[in-house]
Amino acid sequence: MLDFPRWKTISICISLLLGILFAIPTFLPQKTFDQLPGFAQMKVNLGLDLAGGSHLLLEADIADLNKTQLSNMEKTVRVSMRGETGPDDDIAIGDFKASGSTISFLVRDQNQLDDARDRLFRETQGAGLTGQRDWQIDVVDNTRIVMTLTAAGRDQAIDRAMETAREIIDKRVNELGTREPTIIREGSDRIVVQVPGLQDPKALKDLLGRTARLEFRMVDPNGTVGPEGPLNVPIGSEFVRYAPNEGGGAPGEILSRQVMISGDQLIDARQDFNQQQLPAVSIRFDSAGSNTFARVTGANVNKRFAMVLDGQVLSAPTINEAILGGQAQISGSFTVQTANELAIALRSGSLPVKLDVVEERTVTPELGKDSIEKGAIAGIIATLSVLMLMLVVYGRFGVYANIALAFNVALIIAIMAFFNATLTLPGIAGFVLTIGAAVDANVLINERIREELKRGRRVFQAVELGYSEASRAIFDANVTNVIAAALMFWFGTGPIKGFAVVLTIGIVTSVFTAVTVTRMFVAHWLRSARPTTINI
Amino acid sequence: MRLLKLVPDDTNIDFLRWRKLASFMSFFLVAVSIALVAVKGLNLGVDFVGGQSVRVEFTQTMPPIDDIREKVGEIGLGEATIQQFGSDKAVSIRTALPEGDKAVAERAGQQLVAGIQKAFPTAKTGSVETVSGKVSGELLRTGAISLALAILGISIYIWIRFEWQFGVGALGRLFHEVALTFGLFAVTQMQFDLNSVAALLTIVGYSLNDTIVVYDRIRENLKKYRKMEIIPLLNLSINETLSRTVMTTVAMLLALGVLLIFGPDVIFGFTAAMLFGVFIGGYSSVLMSTPVLVWLKVGPDSFVPRTSAGIMGGERVERKDDGAVV
Repeated sequence: MLDFPRWKTISICISLLLGILFAIPTFLPQKTFDQLPGFAQMKVNLGLDLAGGSHLLLEADIADLNKTQLSNMEKTVRVSMRGETGPDDDIAIGDFKASGSTISFLVRDQNQLDDARDRLFRETQGAGLTGQRDWQIDVVDNTRIVMTLTAAGRDQAIDRAMETAREIIDKRVNELGTREPTIIREGSDRIVVQVPGLQDPKALKDLLGRTARLEFRMVDPNGTVGPEGPLNVPIGSEFVRYAPNEGGGAPGEILSRQVMISGDQLIDARQDFNQQQLPAVSIRFDSAGSNTFARVTGANVNKRFAMVLDGQVLSAPTINEAILGGQAQISGSFTVQTANELAIALRSGSLPVKLDVVEERTVTPELGKDSIEKGAIAGIIATLSVLMLMLVVYGRFGVYANIALAFNVALIIAIMAFFNATLTLPGIAGFVLTIGAAVDANVLINERIREELKRGRRVFQAVELGYSEASRAIFDANVTNVIAAALMFWFGTGPIKGFAVVLTIGIVTSVFTAVTVTRMFVAHWLRSARPTTINI
Repeated sequence: MRLLKLVPDDTNIDFLRWRKLASFMSFFLVAVSIALVAVKGLNLGVDFVGGQSVRVEFTQTMPPIDDIREKVGEIGLGEATIQQFGSDKAVSIRTALPEGDKAVAERAGQQLVAGIQKAFPTAKTGSVETVSGKVSGELLRTGAISLALAILGISIYIWIRFEWQFGVGALGRLFHEVALTFGLFAVTQMQFDLNSVAALLTIVGYSLNDTIVVYDRIRENLKKYRKMEIIPLLNLSINETLSRTVMTTVAMLLALGVLLIFGPDVIFGFTAAMLFGVFIGGYSSVLMSTPVLVWLKVGPDSFVPRTSAGIMGGERVERKDDGAVV
């Protein structure tokens, strides 16, 4: 007990010092914090439930993604069946059918079946680690080619789409000018967006819920639309509804299926005003897009083209002249705000998959502030009362335990700050539990020392036994808590995970401070004072 | 300075004398809790059933709950659950998921907020939560799984570290604690959400500390006093650890009591559950987790085989491994 090696004392003091240093930035006001050098800018973030802000959980619409994949493959098939060298290389196909995750079509000349299959094979790829391809190609009845999207192909597509979606969301949220948003993928098909301090999540939701798939398509002059819906839809065209509040009473337009130009070719979009001084969105195409746009508009003067956003017609103006220079304006019944949102959405690119908001939590900053203030006051009173109790019951040993407890709090905060962890309400629960465990560890040790003294042991031996005997129970209790924390971390979601993280950190630090640090104090005191009796 | 002793020296209470009564009490309370949960049900929050929940604070006098219910009903999101929040002029208003579950969060929450602001212009909405049915189902499932696994994992560890009887005892005790806490939620109809699960997990963690401290002492005494009868031995172990149990319980009750009175409303339910957990934890560690060991026939042989029955010399080796003081 008495020999507490110097190296041990030094390393303990260094770790305590580091703990305090790392804990300090968390308590600095934001202004001072911003002035710290980069390496010191580590702090515990407060969760949205404490600080206020919005949390959104977005889920990919897999069915929608599946549909897009199918229609993309249909396009690929049509293009690849058109020969590279000329019309004599074409493979005649027909009777396209799509259902579920399968598309099939008829190859008119049976002799070309193998050739058709080879071409498709080149268009599909391996997916996943099992060597499975993304599309499975079968020939049925010697006439039909059936292509089925495999599970691996689907997963790969989801993964790619989600990664792109995450990047786009990142751009969009940043464009809103919000501070320190967190955007992370969760599971295979979800994205969590957390924006601190955001009080009204409506703008954010409007922005993220918008796929922003922009298309310019020609209006089919042969189609006719009645007041209720389509009357005559020619082959190769389809009926597309107007977006709400657009179209001036008309339900929709008959549009050619062919997309003249799409939003992928945009290089810029911003909120602007049209000739009537109404809010609009000005867009600019890249050079290839500009050329296409100029060519198509030039060839279709006096005809109408439609601007389609996310499958709904915004407007369908008549082309007065060829539009050169790659500039265009999207009009519709916008307000400055909605025009700006659309501009942001177009600028950041279209989402590869439709995203639905499946969970939303918003806490206003006032409520968050109120929670923190009250929580801090209550926390301080609670801590002080426990410290007082320890002092009254264990005297000098209580003081040591209290100092260790203070270090424990600093260390937990330091480690959380180091990992940039977030403290949430359940996290505070974990905090309370570890403080409880730390107090308990010292109670165990001190009670054991009392017991050994009562049995007539001498001071040094009693202290020694107190520590060694109590350590076993402390160890067992903490290992079980680590097991619990690990299982919660593994299987739990969100708040439970937060609880588990704080608990794990707290267990390690509380054992260190409650056992090792107090022991250091006690050992040094015993060595210098050499008391023959102790008051405990 | 004279130090305070919460438990006088030489306390020797025959706790095991009440073991039948205590066991009966525990069984009775667990049964009542299960029945309460079955009959009254838990007041599940949006985390677990889906829907939207808005916290509304009234700056002036709060209108009668019936008024609020009527006004909320007019918004057209169906029947609302309205509950007073903490002690303030705040209520939480909860409505079920609208039809067509998909992407509900897009609108319903906003609709509710707008409706409330129109009906009560002076009221402030503090927080809005909207959870779709799919997500809430997952949260309920993962919450239940992590709770069950934590309890099971802990019991297995105790079984390995101690003996199977202790593992069973710990399992029984954790089940007891969790069941009673569920009972509390059923009887008070406090909202049960993800934070409540965190409270439950904390109670489990805390109970565990208690159990292990008592069990550790029992193991120690079993090795030390090999000839002692089991009941006096358990009594001795409980009495020896009593001052620790009381001290820790008092410290926790003190801290949680302060949090309950002065803490923010958001953690009221959480703190109340914890307080209750610590309270029954104190009872369990004295009167509940030890009688189990009597029935399961724990004896000195559980750790160290008698030399006549065991292998020669095995006794000494095992003692050393366990680090027991001879």
